[in-house]
Amino acid sequence: MGYLDGFRVTFRKLFEERLTRDYSKHNESEGGGKSDKPVRLHGRHVLNRYEDGMEKCIGCELCAGVCPARCIYVRGADNPPDDPVSPGERYGYIYEINYLRCIHCDLCVEACPTEAITESKLFEFSFTDRQDAIYTKAELVVGDDGRPKQLPWEDWSDIDTVAPHTSAWMRATAPNGSAAYEGKVQWAGELGFGVRAPEQGQSVPDGAADTTDADTIFSHPGEPGGHDEAHPPAGSEGHDREEGHA
Amino acid sequence: MSAAILALDPLLSGDIGMAEVLIVLLKTLVAFGLLLTSVIFMIWFERKLISDFQNRVGPNKAGPWGLLQTLADGLKLIMKEDLIPDKADRRVFILAPFLSAVPAFVTFAVVPIGGGFDGEKFGAISLFGHDTFVQLADPPIGVLLILAMSSIAIYGVMLAGWASGSKWPLLGAVRGTAQMVSYEAALGLAVVAVVLLSGSLSTHDIVAAQAGSGYELFGSIGIPRWNVIATGVVPFVIFLIAATAELNRPPFDLVEAEQELVGGFHTEYSSFRFALFYLAEFMNTITMSAIIVTLFFGGPAGPEWFGTGWLSGLIWFSLKLFVFLFIFVWIRSTLPRFRYDQLMGIGWKALIPLALGWLLLLGAINVGRDEGWNMGVVVGASLLVLVVAWGAITAAVDVGRRRRVSDEEEALI
Repeated sequence: MGYLDGFRVTFRKLFEERLTRDYSKHNESEGGGKSDKPVRLHGRHVLNRYEDGMEKCIGCELCAGVCPARCIYVRGADNPPDDPVSPGERYGYIYEINYLRCIHCDLCVEACPTEAITESKLFEFSFTDRQDAIYTKAELVVGDDGRPKQLPWEDWSDIDTVAPHTSAWMRATAPNGSAAYEGKVQWAGELGFGVRAPEQGQSVPDGAADTTDADTIFSHPGEPGGHDEAHPPAGSEGHDREEGHA
Repeated sequence: MSAAILALDPLLSGDIGMAEVLIVLLKTLVAFGLLLTSVIFMIWFERKLISDFQNRVGPNKAGPWGLLQTLADGLKLIMKEDLIPDKADRRVFILAPFLSAVPAFVTFAVVPIGGGFDGEKFGAISLFGHDTFVQLADPPIGVLLILAMSSIAIYGVMLAGWASGSKWPLLGAVRGTAQMVSYEAALGLAVVAVVLLSGSLSTHDIVAAQAGSGYELFGSIGIPRWNVIATGVVPFVIFLIAATAELNRPPFDLVEAEQELVGGFHTEYSSFRFALFYLAEFMNTITMSAIIVTLFFGGPAGPEWFGTGWLSGLIWFSLKLFVFLFIFVWIRSTLPRFRYDQLMGIGWKALIPLALGWLLLLGAINVGRDEGWNMGVVVGASLLVLVVAWGAITAAVDVGRRRRVSDEEEALI
């Protein structure tokens, strides 16, 4: 029927299933609620802590250096010997991210040598004040249960779903640069979640549960991430990479 | 004198007293309210249906299923700042929206919307002891009034674009005027075919002529005596296409082609005046569907499935109207916009010659039937004339195209 074929196409659409979810209904059973986030979604950052409560950030400022939007401000300080904030020599004394500038490129996460900064799946945080846009360290560091702090203007209504996904994709990247999981955990444990299993799609099915080595590598308070804290941060990072590729 | 002019409606055939005036006032109020309410739901219906066609959800927040969305939008529009550009011709600028909206309503006044046409009363109902038709007015020149009103509505578009003092509205208005004038001719010729068969310009008479059991083609299964069949479908198709163009609905919405002309003729309008244009557009859609139903599909007349009372007519009318509203939305969601020369080409080179030829054919058949001529000869001779005419037109169009091409080549050299 040539000219009239289009009418059949549109008419069929009447009876097709709608893919739209009613976002404003916060209830899954009513066909609403938030949809699941992609694994690599870049949301608002969190600063992670080790399982013993120590902060992972060592104040190396690599994230600030790599940030193309210049939205991160970090000042490191020496750990107080009697009450250390992080394992090792130094810790992030000031840590601020300006979300009016942040483009969520995730370069800070890539740069971080200790997996301290990662991105959560939260993107619904519409602050109304410039001061609110600048997240301080107190707001970025995860709480004692390992979950992100919930600020008044943030919509964390699906926190139970997204909270376990705050530690980004980097966990599964092997030291040699290959994205495949090699049966040996190379990442640190996290407060509230412990040592996580490899990401879906990167793990070999039977090796997924092999997390036994993690403690020996990472959880030692004196040597977080296996990095030599005595070296300058940039040198440390380059050194590490060379080792990985060798 | 006035009684003679208005004698077609039994209500006004005798002396005109207080009761008659009150009944007419009541009918006016009911018709106006009915049309406005249906416009509100038409906008909702169109938005919802077009989102269905496009696999979307559509408005669903204001009220149940988003039914009150139009009210919310209207309220928002009225509360907005009413802006008149400095360069605008103030008086014409203010007048134009009303020129657009009022004809849409006046046209609806002559559409019969109810009444049982199968009984003795012939479409009349009793209201407070007086017989009257279920239509606001039944002038003897009803169809002419429809055509006149749709012509006046063009002034709304034209003056709005001209008075805005801005180039996009002006371009939109020029396009709109040319388009509506072109298609008005095809529209009128299609209507003449109906008038020819019904033998009357009164909308009530046209509906009454289509009522009844109709032809019996396959034994007991009767085909209704609707004009769409009696005129041979072609005038209806022409009318549908021309009506879509008259309404400036897609695929003929070059008047407000957003991609080219911002908002077209109503670019500079805001607030209540814009709401009037918007209202008129959808009111026109409903009115035009109602006219199609009246002229070609027997209006409120239909089989006695819903009894024989006035309600039966109303239900039939609403059902038919609904079908055409659906078709208009369906067309809108399916067809892409025409290019301007294609639009003019279809109007002048296809629709008008076809409507004219079909009218001649119908006329010849009618005269032949009256005079008792041999139908085969009449139809054969008419078709021969039409084929010759079609050949002449094609040749003329072809020559015109070749001349234009050679002119362009000369201009290039």
